[in-house]
Amino acid sequence: MSDDKTTQNSPQTVLSVQDLCTSFRTDDGLINAVKNVSFELAAGEFVGLVGESGCGKSVTSKSIMRLLPDHITEYSGAIEFGGTNLLELPEKGMQEIRGNRIAMIFQEPMTALNPVFTIGWQLNEALLYHTKLGKAERRDRAIELLKMVEIPLPEQRYDEYPHQLSGGMRQRVLIAIALACEPELLIADEPTTALDVTIQAQILKLMRDLQEKTNTAILLITHDLGVVAQTCSRVVVMYAGQVVEQASSSDLFHRPRHPYSKALLESIPRSGKKKKGQRLATIPGLVPTLQMMPSGCRFADRCDYKQDRCVDEQPEIGLTEERLVRCHFPVGSAEASEA
Amino acid sequence: MWAYVTRRILYNVPVFLGIVLFVMLALRVRDPVNSHLGKVKSEQEIKQLRKEMGLDRPFHIQYFSFLGDVCTLNFDDECWDHPGRSVGEVMGESIGPSLALTLPALVLTTLISVSISLVSAWFRGRWMDKALVITAVLGMSVSFLVYIVVGQYMGTTWLKEHTGFAPFAVSFGGYDGEPTAMEMLLEVWPHYYLLPVLISVIVAMGYDTRFYRAVMVEESARDYITTARAKGASRVKVLFVHMLKNAMIPIITRVVITIPFLITGSFLLESYFGIPGMGRELLTAVNHGDFPVVQAFTAVFALVYILSNLLTDVLYAVFDPRVRLS
Repeated sequence: MSDDKTTQNSPQTVLSVQDLCTSFRTDDGLINAVKNVSFELAAGEFVGLVGESGCGKSVTSKSIMRLLPDHITEYSGAIEFGGTNLLELPEKGMQEIRGNRIAMIFQEPMTALNPVFTIGWQLNEALLYHTKLGKAERRDRAIELLKMVEIPLPEQRYDEYPHQLSGGMRQRVLIAIALACEPELLIADEPTTALDVTIQAQILKLMRDLQEKTNTAILLITHDLGVVAQTCSRVVVMYAGQVVEQASSSDLFHRPRHPYSKALLESIPRSGKKKKGQRLATIPGLVPTLQMMPSGCRFADRCDYKQDRCVDEQPEIGLTEERLVRCHFPVGSAEASEA
Repeated sequence: MWAYVTRRILYNVPVFLGIVLFVMLALRVRDPVNSHLGKVKSEQEIKQLRKEMGLDRPFHIQYFSFLGDVCTLNFDDECWDHPGRSVGEVMGESIGPSLALTLPALVLTTLISVSISLVSAWFRGRWMDKALVITAVLGMSVSFLVYIVVGQYMGTTWLKEHTGFAPFAVSFGGYDGEPTAMEMLLEVWPHYYLLPVLISVIVAMGYDTRFYRAVMVEESARDYITTARAKGASRVKVLFVHMLKNAMIPIITRVVITIPFLITGSFLLESYFGIPGMGRELLTAVNHGDFPVVQAFTAVFALVYILSNLLTDVLYAVFDPRVRLS
């Protein structure tokens, strides 16, 4: 793909996803959930992966961790991590990487912890698999981790069960588990979606602080652009299983080039900017289903800038003014005109 | 924890009182003495027996006196059907054979079904899983009676004709003298009990495997399973540590609700294999209108049922920390 030249060979690249396609074998045939997704993460970088529900964000992240059900999932492309292609690694090798060099936190803190084991036990588990620490050392490390994620009374929490903790506390525990082995990459799959707004801000701040301390690269998956604006230095926008735009946060927020990114930004409610009586902008229509993907541009049906070429020909992702955009007529370019 | 256990015990007391009340009333709808002695006996004899059994007392006196007997396991009334032997003696003699049949059956069924369901969950969606599910469905589609009849034939006649070897007997002929514990275990048990135990295991296995597989499949879709895998847990660890401990709750419930099934199941097995257990004893007592035996056995079954419920509740608390608080 044409984006290979951007950052691929830079020495501090932690993760490089190249042309990833993930498909599921179902009774209705092979269903393609993620198509030709490419992006990179540098060490210590905080990147947002944005898109609406069902656009393939979670499938992308679970492909990186290889957490999708093996027997029905087919991958192609490559996921380079530390010099190996994760897609070619046997399950045993993946187990050594999961929780150790790549860790993940999930959307639902209420259900992501095992209800029948103590917090301490669950923290211990990751340390047990990936470190040679003894029992007492593991306990010390676990308590240190609980302190790091700002859980009050860590010694007491260590022996408690998940149901004795609030949602925000549980998400902190999950972050502590994820950071237990000081991973090079942390994938956060909608970590704040299930939390209320004040807790959300606390968790994001915690993640930012910890990242500065540990220099872990973070891939933040979210549908909330507000969250991205607060935290990420770079944004990858996905639509219907494809990357449609990749840019630094400030570029994307100030001058989106892909019509989808632009529409997405316009649909965020903002105080002050709105004229009285003006309705909040929405994106008309629905995401095409996986079974009925259009052959042309996947966003064409919902796009304000649609031209005939968009319906006929699938745009490739290409470099437009220092950023990657998958569009025949990027917003602001000479050819673009509002229909 | 202890507060929880005490509360569970207190909840079950009225249930037990209710069951005993119902049993006693039901057995008195038709006068038991009349139906036992028939019309040919004199009024005097009927009155005599009624007095002996305490049936002439007001009902609430009978109720509390019987409750007292059940709670102290004091069944010294004479059986109407076995003159000279007390209900307690009959119960004591028949409980051993019953347990020798149902206990190994329950343990074996649970171990085998849980293991198969783990294999099934491990290979979920693949041919191994599908084959196991189909076998389980086929297994449970056949009637219990077919298993008993075919099992008896295969285990005795067929086996003898084809191998000349007769390990099993279908009818219990009584022991030669007083067997020692060792003889019981090595000779009597395999000869008379192994075949019905195997049949009972095969019958229950289809149902249990399907149930436990559904539990495992449900567990495998939980978020914490993904978390465990994301931590780097191996599939073995995920299956045997994370899934199995959570699955213990439905497994325990299932085992305990199987206990009444094993008692009713043993009515059939005990009758067909001539095992002198509680099921057969109760069946005979019902047929012969042996009132003291029916009343005492039913109350004891109710007690066992309630105790097993209580056991489930306690085990819940052991396996699920969330229960301890509520």
